[in-house]
Amino acid sequence: MSTKITPKQNYELTRQQIGYIDRRLATPEDYRRIGFKSGLEVHQQLATKEKLFCHCPCGVFQKNGDYDAEVIRHMRPAMSELGGYDGTALMEFKTRKNIIYRINNETACTYEVDDTPPFKINPEALEIALKISLLSKLNVVGEVHITRKQYLDGSIPTGFQRTAILGVNGHIQLRNKKVNLIQLSIEEDSCREIADVGHERWYKTDRLGMPLIETVTAPELVTPDELREAAEYIRFLNRSTGLVRTGMGAGREDVNVSCRGGSRVEIKGVAHNKWIPELSHNEAFRQWALLHIRKLLLERIKKEKWQVNHMELDPHEFKFTYLPLVECKEKKHKIIAINIPEFKGFLSHFTQPDQVFADEISQRLKVIACIEKPNMIHSEQEDLSISDHDFATIRTYLNAKNNDAQIIIWGPEEDMETAIETVVERCEMIFDGVPNETRKSLPNGTTIFERVLPGADRMYPDTDSCPIPLSNEYIEKLGKDLPQDISERIELLSKWGVPEDAYHFILSKNIFPVIEEICERFKFDPKRVAIFFGHTYKNIAGKQKAHTDFNYRKLIGLFKFIHEKGLHINIAKYLLPILFQHPSMEFNSMLTALKFKKRSLDELAAPIDFLTEKYRDIRKTDDKEEAANWIMGQLHKQAIGNIELRDLREIIDKRLQ
Amino acid sequence: MEDLFQGYKGDALETLKKYNVRVWGKTHIVTTRGEFDGTILPRAENDDDQHIVLKIDTGYNIGINITTIKEMKETGYKKANYKVPEKEFPYTEGQPKVKLFGTGGTIASRLDYRTGAVIPAFSPGELYGSVPELADICNLTTEKVFAVFSENMGPQQYISLAIAIGKEIENGVDGIIIAHGTDTLHHTAAALTYMVQDLPVPVVLVGSQRSSDRPSSDAALNLMHSAIAAGHGDIAEVMVCMFGPTSDEYGFLHRGTRVRKMHSSYRSTFRTLGDTPLATVTRKGVNAIKKKYNHRRKDKNVKILPYFEEKVTILYYYPNMQPDIIDALVNCGYKGIIIAGTGLGHVNKPVYPALKRAVEKGVHIFMTVQTLWGYTHMFVYDTGRDLMAMGVVPLDNMLPEAAYIKLGWALGQTNDRQEVIDIMETPINDETTKREPYNGYLLYQGGVPEVEQFVKNFRK
Repeated sequence: MSTKITPKQNYELTRQQIGYIDRRLATPEDYRRIGFKSGLEVHQQLATKEKLFCHCPCGVFQKNGDYDAEVIRHMRPAMSELGGYDGTALMEFKTRKNIIYRINNETACTYEVDDTPPFKINPEALEIALKISLLSKLNVVGEVHITRKQYLDGSIPTGFQRTAILGVNGHIQLRNKKVNLIQLSIEEDSCREIADVGHERWYKTDRLGMPLIETVTAPELVTPDELREAAEYIRFLNRSTGLVRTGMGAGREDVNVSCRGGSRVEIKGVAHNKWIPELSHNEAFRQWALLHIRKLLLERIKKEKWQVNHMELDPHEFKFTYLPLVECKEKKHKIIAINIPEFKGFLSHFTQPDQVFADEISQRLKVIACIEKPNMIHSEQEDLSISDHDFATIRTYLNAKNNDAQIIIWGPEEDMETAIETVVERCEMIFDGVPNETRKSLPNGTTIFERVLPGADRMYPDTDSCPIPLSNEYIEKLGKDLPQDISERIELLSKWGVPEDAYHFILSKNIFPVIEEICERFKFDPKRVAIFFGHTYKNIAGKQKAHTDFNYRKLIGLFKFIHEKGLHINIAKYLLPILFQHPSMEFNSMLTALKFKKRSLDELAAPIDFLTEKYRDIRKTDDKEEAANWIMGQLHKQAIGNIELRDLREIIDKRLQ
Repeated sequence: MEDLFQGYKGDALETLKKYNVRVWGKTHIVTTRGEFDGTILPRAENDDDQHIVLKIDTGYNIGINITTIKEMKETGYKKANYKVPEKEFPYTEGQPKVKLFGTGGTIASRLDYRTGAVIPAFSPGELYGSVPELADICNLTTEKVFAVFSENMGPQQYISLAIAIGKEIENGVDGIIIAHGTDTLHHTAAALTYMVQDLPVPVVLVGSQRSSDRPSSDAALNLMHSAIAAGHGDIAEVMVCMFGPTSDEYGFLHRGTRVRKMHSSYRSTFRTLGDTPLATVTRKGVNAIKKKYNHRRKDKNVKILPYFEEKVTILYYYPNMQPDIIDALVNCGYKGIIIAGTGLGHVNKPVYPALKRAVEKGVHIFMTVQTLWGYTHMFVYDTGRDLMAMGVVPLDNMLPEAAYIKLGWALGQTNDRQEVIDIMETPINDETTKREPYNGYLLYQGGVPEVEQFVKNFRK
């Protein structure tokens, strides 16, 4: 008699067996246990006017429906100069997709749709990228060679991305560790996907061709937090030039993760660094789970003996009530039942929070065989969707043994061969461990299958462009015009005594040079200015939308005014909200609006005795502290901009003694 | 002996020799800009001698400036072997027999890492390795007639091709494909139309605008379309088969005398001028647009007329053209001149005496229009009448390129003035047409709402 799997229980059990823990509870020791290893590919758009290989404008974006024409392409794998075909290339070819590009005349020309060869590389983009290479301590190449990197998903109409290495072997200095950088490349950005349904995928070409750099770290980051720190550091470094784009999609991370015995898996296009820890944590444990399934499977059977069988089901023979199966009759779709030997307990095996191994198969069916979800049912799901009787019949037909699992798939006849192959291939991969693949991140911190991970085999020289020499004089000139290192900036902030919670905002918004300029020119205390930006300004910028004329120069003007007027810096906080909304207003008028009057310390201290008397009348306690607070409160507003409040307080405290 | 330093010259070559490092050698390089590791790649011959090309581990290529090199050491050696997987083309009973002649050009090409350029090369096995779908369409055999870029095609090649086509038809082939570079595809198409007459089977010229080493190449689909047209199509003419729209949707079959390359880089560059294309072609079959065409026959009665006189030229007229140009052509021994004149077929007065001298010396001069669309109408203005009186013969709506090829072909057969004129004025396959259909000239302009609507909804 077959013992039935209870999917939920099995999910919980296997989750415990592999030792999955919530990330918030995880310690470095947990990551050492599973051999967490990761690296980053940080993508950053450059703030140029034009695209990288044509003269279309950058940073102009269209809505999905806003297009002038559509172009259809199919992608076929081409061979690398070393003679191999790339794995992804072949997979993408299998899927036989119609790729449809939506073109808007404002943002795309014939270059984007591959009807014109590339124009000369945008020198503005090259220069920004080289500056960032130098900041990243990379060894800059002597000659830039444009290379073609194959992408057959259609995200680039040529079927390849034009990209070039600018530097190799650099490093960044994190708080407790130096992290090596493998390389930095300049490349053209890809299309934005609109939709992907069945055998058709739509893209828009507005972002296509925008200049982008990619900084690749060595796989040396051993905890999710370290990974995030590196991501932040590189983002800050890029932004420190003031020459890169910010905002939605301007910076994106590909996160490479593996666990001990696992494989490099790339989580693509993570838009927010704060998502990195959860995603990488779950990915490492997903691999750990797959290796657990592998161990169990190998205890049961050898790969050579493992043999999958499948058969077509006649929908007239069974009493299917599950809608997708019922519809197969009408749509003339095929229904295939597959028996997977020795897989019992694996289809419902935990892989990620709320995902089991069966999901890995289903996701591949969608991507590789182009069959939309729901695209399968299986023997280890909570509600089987077909009757026990039908299921028993199917098992008998398949000669299923007690330890086997069954999957039922359906779809158009022409897709079923690929679909069966996909199911079998994914199950067979368990014998070898974790497949190399790229995965798409979901908002809940888990991932789904995206594509097979491409290898180095997909690189070709670009025969449409010439190498670009980089002279020593040029590189030296660029080297003289660089901002300081992020690590130096962090050191300075720390030396000045700025609280750490202010760093992120200052570095991410590249305010550091503003602070420096203010302190250098007007001799203010850097700690005070840094806190003004890291707390006060951050607060207002996070809550309100600034007037379009507002910018950092206005803030420098504010401090200049304070300096020249001989005001105290503590008035900056009160002028800021006015400046933020009315950046063109005269500073003197702002003072008037604040009812500011120039007063000396003596003038301000004069009413203290009178106020002390007054407090006695209204007092509730004899506590001197409270008396001082009350008096301070009375004088506070007049003191702002005139004196250090602490000095006034000292006088009050003395008088109350 | 094997070239250890493929493509390197001058200082770069000396540097490689000095450190005893070869192409394909895995190498560690210490430079003033830091250290680099990778495999030395061949260098394109036209690039400078100041850099060495390195493929680094991640697959990218970079260049190292030799003046920065402090130390270099070869640590290994692995020669790459670039080869399209070669499989024998399978034979399927019942499928049409198609012959593919390779002439070079983009459709049959691969990368040459020495020059960094695309070179012509394609065996039948390689072809099948890259486009296996061809085996479902026909039984294909291939023959490399020559390997030249499109721009190097000329009379010699036209003649060899014509003779080769004749032989294949004799052998009982069901259709012929000629893989050809696109730049002068229409010249060859015109030449073969004149040289190979009364075709019993299709002769399809095909090229590609994107080399077959690129994933989005139009080569594979063009090849499939041409195989359909050659193997299954009913139109037995010399045709050009290239993309209809820029999208991977359908191809056009253009009559060899009315077709022209109209864009330097678009996939849909070939257009039929002054008429509609013959047909559209998809992977499902050929759909005729024109009602009249030469149908496929069972016999082998083809006429091969492989003649060509090389001393023929096209003179593209421009304002202020000086008569000495024409005198110079005559002095150089040119026997025929096709003028691409302005408007209805005009040139300026100052060249009249020179034209007159040329005709008197026995040079055959014909007039076509540089507007490409429309007819010569030399009776409309006095200038035209004057030219005709001098012996310049108008060629109606014959395209300048088609006229140039035809004149070369005609003069290859005779030098008799009247015979030449007769040949030129008797169309072989629509190089001149009696009518220009209303939809033979469609050059719509963007920006007009109805055109934009059409582009958005229909023109993929």
